[in-house]
Amino acid sequence: MKHRTFFWFFLPTGLAMLLFIALPIVSVVTQSLFTPHEAVLVKVETCTPFSCTEETTIDQNATAAIRQDEPLGRFVGLDIYLDRGHLAIAEVAEAWNTRASFGDFLSKLNNLPFYRAIAFTVAFTFIVTPLVILMGLAIALAVNTVHARLKGVVIFFSLLPFVITPLIGALVLFWMIDSRGIIGNLLQWMAGDPSLSLKASTGLMWISLMIYGVWHAAPFAFVIFYAGLQTLPMDQIEAAQIDGASRMQRLRYVIVPHLMPLVTFVALIQLMDNFRVFEPIVGFNASAHATSLSWAIFNDLGGETQQLSSAAATSVITIIGVAILLSPVLVRTWRDYKGKV
Amino acid sequence: MTTRANKLPVGLRIASTIFVIAWLLMAAFPFIWTFWGSFKVELDFFSITDWTNAITGTRTQQTHGSPFTGAGYHGAWVEEGFMRNVINTFIVCFFVVCTSLTFGTLGGYALSRSGFRYTFWLLIAALIFRAMPPITLVAGYMLPFFEWNLWGILPTTIIVLVAINQPFTLWMLHSFFQNIPKELDESAKVDGCTQFQAFRHVIIPVMWPGVITTGLFSFLLAYNDFAVTSMLLSEDNRTMVPQIAAFLGTTYTEGNIMFAVAAVVSATAPLFVLVMFFQRQIVSGLTAGAVKG
Repeated sequence: MKHRTFFWFFLPTGLAMLLFIALPIVSVVTQSLFTPHEAVLVKVETCTPFSCTEETTIDQNATAAIRQDEPLGRFVGLDIYLDRGHLAIAEVAEAWNTRASFGDFLSKLNNLPFYRAIAFTVAFTFIVTPLVILMGLAIALAVNTVHARLKGVVIFFSLLPFVITPLIGALVLFWMIDSRGIIGNLLQWMAGDPSLSLKASTGLMWISLMIYGVWHAAPFAFVIFYAGLQTLPMDQIEAAQIDGASRMQRLRYVIVPHLMPLVTFVALIQLMDNFRVFEPIVGFNASAHATSLSWAIFNDLGGETQQLSSAAATSVITIIGVAILLSPVLVRTWRDYKGKV
Repeated sequence: MTTRANKLPVGLRIASTIFVIAWLLMAAFPFIWTFWGSFKVELDFFSITDWTNAITGTRTQQTHGSPFTGAGYHGAWVEEGFMRNVINTFIVCFFVVCTSLTFGTLGGYALSRSGFRYTFWLLIAALIFRAMPPITLVAGYMLPFFEWNLWGILPTTIIVLVAINQPFTLWMLHSFFQNIPKELDESAKVDGCTQFQAFRHVIIPVMWPGVITTGLFSFLLAYNDFAVTSMLLSEDNRTMVPQIAAFLGTTYTEGNIMFAVAAVVSATAPLFVLVMFFQRQIVSGLTAGAVKG
């Protein structure tokens, strides 16, 4: 295909991505270096026949004018990245210098909103992803043994948690684990503690969020592994069987290696998706116990005063996090590509 | 496969059947439960005294004279005007799917037919864009959209969702087009077609399975989005998902929470129908991406 033809074919999609993905990234980076103008203060001297008093007031017109002229605000460099709401360099240094122990330092770190968000985001990403893969593999292996007629029904119901709107899925589960809901009741009965509430405990909340994560994504892994199981090399399995490999050994040495490329694929997609964990925190109303980077951005943008600069700084840090997460894949793809050319 | 399955020891067979049933319960029960509960009053669905009330509807019987009530639905659809949000959702979804597919088929086709080095870089850029959480971009939209008075209206949200959708659409259609033999449009070009004519008359007629599958995923993305729609739409233009979040924001007064439950069930129904009719396409779409890796 000629360059010219390619250009015209690619123009609409390229333009859409340029205008609404690439430029906003630039805009986010710029925004994160600016902060809104402070109010313009004027000193007014009011004199009475007896004395003069000087008052400082906000010049509303001048403030509005400067905010109108330069909507970006004033340039502050990396200040926003380093302030208490983000990397909190000063607070971290202080916590480190005054630490009683390493654990004490960590608990102080955990009081800073940004580190709390990072802790949950990273924990969620790296706990849920392997669990999704294991759960998906287990379901795929089990479904593979059920009667062929049932498979359609099984796949239909399995797809539901995956296609459901994340916020709605989270709400549906949240209403069930509510202390007045059915699972909440069951847990109270099992623990023998009628005051047990998942909403009151950070640990239980984290576990619930992660269970939601596995519930939501396991069908995706299942469908992909199940498709992979349909292309199993039967001759290899029979050969392994003749050589006396047990069921476990066949799974370990024939089936799993066959599925390995799919595992990599699922892991990649899941790392990307779990890193943006957001809806379940809103749905579970869990922000007192767990926050994520995406939630922090959302929280800054919503609310009474929109803190655009703060949201932008968190966004940039999140994008850097995604880049770190993705870098092994990119390097590998690049090597494969160079190998092919 | 059947030969091996037949040889499964009984114990393992039972264990795996139980596991499948347990998984099905996990997957389906929350939806059935919520559907059932949406016809109850709050004191039944969130029962303090006895959880079986949610099944039998004791309090609902006392309040409304029957174990089922449509009060939640009445509240959501009539009192809160949920219909408007439903219409908004379908407007957004319709235009997002159409525009995404138009842009995506052109771009994906070009990527699959051009052998130059930049196609690789474009696909990698798309992969990176796909990896970025959409909410990180929202901070970048806010200021320009406010400045140019574009904030809060449906067309802005539609085009933003289309753009966010493009990386995924491109990857998917790219892999579908690669499976369509190049000889097909090459021969059309030999017969004197331009590239676009070849695309129009030869490729479009055979590309529908891939386009339908990709369209389904575009629809799901637009339908399920919360981050973008809740930030970029004004209160009057809200789609279903941000509206449900807004129901929750209002205090948990009696009755109000049941509006949210009814709205949630209403918003789930289209997805249920979608899976019922397009199960095969969804499965093939998921696996098509995986096979390409």
